[in-house]
Parts: sequence; C-alpha cells; structure tokens
Amino acid sequence: MSPAIRLDRLEKEYRGPPPVKAVRGVDLEVRRGEVFGLLGPNGAGKSTVVGMCTTQVLPTAGRAIVEDLDVVTDPARARRCIGVVPQYNTLDRACTVRENLYYHCRYFGLARAESQARADELLEQFQLGDRAGAMPAQLSGGLAQRLQVARAIAHRPAVLFLDEPTAGLDPQSRLALWALIEGMRDRGITVLLTTHYMDEADRLSDRVAIIDGGKVLVCDTPAALKRDLGAGTVLDLQLDGAHDGLDAVLRQVPGVREVTAGAGGLQVMTDSREGLLARVVEAAGPYRLRDLAVREPTLETVFIKLTGKALRD
Amino acid sequence: MTESVRVRGYGRAFSGLILRDLRVLRRGLAPFVVRTIMNPLLSVFVFAYVFPKIGQGMRGAGAAGPSFATILIPGLVAMAMVFQGISAVALPLAIELGGTREIEDRILAPVPNWLVAMEKIVFGAVQGVLAGLAVFPVVYLVPATPVDIHVQSWPLLLVVVALASLGSGALGLALGTLVRPQQVGLMFALVLVPMTFLGCVYYPWAALHPIRWLQFGVLINPLVYMSEGLRAALTPELSHMPVLLVLSALVTATVLLSLAGIRAFRRRTIA
Repeated sequence: MSPAIRLDRLEKEYRGPPPVKAVRGVDLEVRRGEVFGLLGPNGAGKSTVVGMCTTQVLPTAGRAIVEDLDVVTDPARARRCIGVVPQYNTLDRACTVRENLYYHCRYFGLARAESQARADELLEQFQLGDRAGAMPAQLSGGLAQRLQVARAIAHRPAVLFLDEPTAGLDPQSRLALWALIEGMRDRGITVLLTTHYMDEADRLSDRVAIIDGGKVLVCDTPAALKRDLGAGTVLDLQLDGAHDGLDAVLRQVPGVREVTAGAGGLQVMTDSREGLLARVVEAAGPYRLRDLAVREPTLETVFIKLTGKALRD
Repeated sequence: MTESVRVRGYGRAFSGLILRDLRVLRRGLAPFVVRTIMNPLLSVFVFAYVFPKIGQGMRGAGAAGPSFATILIPGLVAMAMVFQGISAVALPLAIELGGTREIEDRILAPVPNWLVAMEKIVFGAVQGVLAGLAVFPVVYLVPATPVDIHVQSWPLLLVVVALASLGSGALGLALGTLVRPQQVGLMFALVLVPMTFLGCVYYPWAALHPIRWLQFGVLINPLVYMSEGLRAALTPELSHMPVLLVLSALVTATVLLSLAGIRAFRRRTIA
C-alpha cells in the first residue's frame, strides 16, 4: 500500500530579503491511518512542511505526494483528499458556526441538502449544536478550534493536517482536542500533526519525526526514540554554581550514558543501575547541587540529545 | 478524473463561493443600500436640487443645453459601481488577506487559485449592477430640473453595464490584493478621490476640450470609460466618446485589472 504522504527531498526557501531557507531536504513517509507527529521548536520548518503538503506553500525543490497526488502539479484535486486545521483561527467571521460548515461542504461540491445534513451531523458530533447560530467571534478558543476541526473533515478527507492545534488552548480544551484527534485514528483518517509540545507528540503519535533547522533529525515511534537513548532514567541536576568540568566528571561514573546541558544545570542519562544516584550526587556536590529530579526519558530528552538545546527556548 | 467531471466540480465550488457571498450580502443588506445610495443621493441633492433652487446653476453648454442632472446621472451610476468594487471587494479582501486570513478555507477549496479570485470579480460585478440599479431611482427622482434620459439601445446598455461592473470588480480585486490593510486610508486619498473627480462623472469628456492635457491625462482612468459608456447608452443625444472606443477601453481595462488582481491574489495566498 502506498503511503498517505510521501515527501521527497522537499525544500523551501522563502524569497527575501533576506531569503530564508525554512526546509532543507525533508524525506518522510506517513503511513495510511497513522497519527504522525512532527515535533520541533518554533521556526523548525514544521508549518512550512504542512503548508507545502496542503498546497499553500510552493516547494523550491523536491516533491510532496499526498494520497498518490502530486500537490504541486495538481493542487485542486489534491485538496479533495486533505483537511487542514490551521495554526490560527481562520473561521469565516461573516458566517455563523453552521454556515462555516455548510459552505465548506458547498465548496467541495456537495449539494444543498447534503451540505445541510453534513453540517448538522458535524454540529452534533462535535457538540456545537447549541452554538449553531453563533458567529465565530462569540466562540471561545477551544470551541473555535473544535469548529475548525469539524470544518476540516467536513468533506471527508483521507488525510488531516493539524498545525499546532493546541497552541494557546487551556488544558481542558487541549484534552478535548486530543480526544478528537484520537477519534480520527479510529475512523481511519491519516493525521499529520505539528507541535512543539513533546507530551502531545508522545501521547498522540504512532510515529514522530523530530525536526530542527528545516531538517528531519530522527523518525520513529516515541517508544523507540526513547529506547534508542539507551537511558532507563534521566537525572535533572539543578546547580547553583558554575558546572564547567562537571560533565566530564559525571561521564566517568559507571552507568552514565550521556551528559547534556539542561535547564538550570545538567541532564544526565543513565542506565539506572544500583548505587548510581549516590555517586552522581557525590560528584555534583562540590558544584553546589541544589536539586535533583529522577524521571523517565521523554521526547524532549531525545531532542536535547540530538540538538544540544531545549525544545522551548 | 475526466475533464467534464473536473469542470463540473469547479462549477459547483464556484457556485458555493457565490452563494456564500450572497448570504453575507443578504445579512448586510441595509448597510449595502446605505453605502451605495448615500453618495449619489447627496450629489444629486446638492448639484441638481439645491444649486438650481439657489441660482447656482450648472448647465451643459449654453442656456438651452441639457440640465446638469442629465449630465450627472450616467456619471453617478458609474461611480456607484466603482465604489461598490472598492467597498464590496477591495476592503473585505484587504482584511481577509491581511489580518484574519479567513479566506484560507476558500483558498483550500478544490479549485484552481485563479477561480477563487475570479469569483471575487464576478461577485463584485453582481454587486456593481445592484448598486447601479439602486442609484437609478434616486438620481431620477431627486433633481429639481428635468432629467432627460432614455435608452436608445438596450444591448448597448447591457454590454456597458456588464463591462463596467466587471471592471469595477476587477479594480476591487487588484486594489484589495495590492493594498495592505494599513494603507487603506492612503488608497482612498490616492486612488479613489482622483478617480472620481477626474472620472468624467460631473462633466462629459468632450467638455474637457479647453484643457487638452487634462483631456488626455484622464484617459488612464477606467471610470472615464464607464461614465462615457453610460452616457452613450442613457443620454445618446449628449456628446460622448465613440462607442467603439469606450467598449474596447473597458475590455482592456477589465482584462488588465483582472490579470493584475489574479496575479497578486495568488502571490498573497500561496507562499
């Protein structure tokens, strides 16, 4: 079975001044029916990749194939297969909630009665029925985003793109949206989601590509990415003093796999063998160790190991 | 997908876009009427009612010439159409493209990008025709002096109205895509005001004869041809530009503005 999305040495340089090379040769394959996370910091090129897949950004080089259609040579046809939840609220402010859904269906060629039925079905399914006559400006951020998801799948696309779907949402709306995205998987819709929240990518994605500086650094399941760190446990050291030289000391401790800079100190990846914690504390003591946290590795750990910097800076 | 299926799909999407705009227009019908008739209403009230009453008469050539109202009407109808192109196409578009990006859902409709831009022109034209119709009773009924208009050739009138309204829609698309939201005020001062004052609205083009440089200078203004075309259709006895010149200039202006607008629309919507 051909993949739902295939990106082939995709590149994008925005015309300047100054010209910006946002995406530098991305190769990716997203399988049909999977939820795929594109994880990276702001400015990594995630939105540009989504823009190119959804016909809104023209690649400078390379190819983007969605559902076996080249999105550059046949954008009008490719749009039938894709739904887009943009990063910002792009709801039609001159139309009601219901009309946003209804006219979207009309743009995709559904007849009047069909469009009405589909709009009502979506209102019910997304629990927006009691707001059907409201204008988008009256909706909270969470409801507006829910309506954008409903609108994006109104024409029953095979692939749904969500660009930073939970940015700016309160925790409750965020959880509600996660549930919706998980619902897409159950319906067999392929989902490509960009995020800079590692927990979001970890929780929702079947597979994740970590992207930085316009390049894909790694691509695998979240579990495999974390496993490949070779770290059973991560120790976050908070240090009050300068810690020059401490990383070298720590690397001598048996069981320490990797030492990288973390927020306010160092991040130590270990194989969690017995007695290791005490040795680390002992080594770090002279560097005014203030606090130490023991945790499971996360995708952020992976990101820090790959790039040497924190995901959100 | 065969070509006919594809074209039918485009047609459906296009009608969806038109239906959406009609819905929005229906919702804002009262503001539409107000913004459409205010300018012509006050123009005819001052120039064709107040001025004759207080003896500040403006007439066409000679005492036996046509009343000023007769000269004014085609120009005011043309101006109403151009205003509509600006307020119905350019202003919403400048906002949708600049601030809210709410046009994005229509950009993602399964049609070529230029068709979404064309829809803006066509719908601008529809509103232009409605605006022209709304203005007509006002400019006919308000003047104190007799108004002498009659249609000699309906086909000519229809062709002129169609071209003038499409031209207005295309002008609206071009301005809406080329002008940033923060430059809208400047656009009014630099484009709209000179266009209307130098658009042969208040005087026929032939009357500019004594100021030759101006008479030729105004020829870059598409409103000139709209006014003169409507003059040819509504007040055929009065001097007006040759019909063939008017029609070819209107076609040229519409095509050029459409091409510029569609190009700029694409540049603004696809990075």
